[in-house]
Amino acid sequence: MKRVFPILAILTAGLLSYALYEALIAAPTEQTMGDVQRIFYYHVPSAWTAFILFFVNFFASIVYLIRRNTKADIVALVTAEVGVIFCTVVLVTGPIWARPVWGIWWTWDLRLTLTLVLWLIYVSYLVLRRFSSSGQTPLLAAVLAVFGALDVPLVYFSIWFFRTQHPQPVIGGGGSIDPRMLHVLLINWLAFSCFAALVCWSRYRLEVLRREVDETLALEALLEPRSSQTRSSQTKTSQTGRAG
Amino acid sequence: MNYLYAAYIATWAIHIGYLSTLLRRYTRLRSEIEEFKTRIDDK
Repeated sequence: MKRVFPILAILTAGLLSYALYEALIAAPTEQTMGDVQRIFYYHVPSAWTAFILFFVNFFASIVYLIRRNTKADIVALVTAEVGVIFCTVVLVTGPIWARPVWGIWWTWDLRLTLTLVLWLIYVSYLVLRRFSSSGQTPLLAAVLAVFGALDVPLVYFSIWFFRTQHPQPVIGGGGSIDPRMLHVLLINWLAFSCFAALVCWSRYRLEVLRREVDETLALEALLEPRSSQTRSSQTKTSQTGRAG
Repeated sequence: MNYLYAAYIATWAIHIGYLSTLLRRYTRLRSEIEEFKTRIDDK
């Protein structure tokens, strides 16, 4: 596994570089918006990646609620953390794109507001996990994640069923896209998905190691008084022996 | 073009920022492990 990771990291870096080249240079310029439309190649794949990560978090939380499986709990934590990072990218790149196109940074439109709520739900999930010291924290976090995931389809389908400021979906839902643009979009999505998977893998290994260290330190703290007690009783015995 | 570059730079700033926090956490954990090993060896 230690050998596979650097190879995958190099391949992903290559794919991300190629995707960047496709997005900035190879993709055709959109007629109405011009070059600023190229933000689309980072904004949309980041949103899709965040949605996938939140869905994995949802399933891992369900597994944890049913089986109390530690691995599922770690997967839920990791996907929520990386999902929040991708959702942050969406919330940052969206307004940067909106300013030159709509003339405003932000509007309380249904799609935008629900995305912000989604981000807040998963930030609160991470805050709960970070600052709660109760043994029930993974359980409470799993319940929050299951309810939080309900916002993901609401965000996704909000532009299908309601008229919003946000553009209509480019795939399905009546939208259309130039095939060359679609190609670049899919390459960027693939690149960001591989990147997200690698980051999740690293974060998973880090969390496993963190828990092992915590358990070892806790075990050491438990055994410490006993070992010092043993040492003191041994000292007493040797003293008694010498006295005898 | 400025908006385009701002969006791309912001994206990578967020990702690199997160990766650096992961690296910092990993370095801290390694030092904790080394400290623990030293303590065990001393005993």
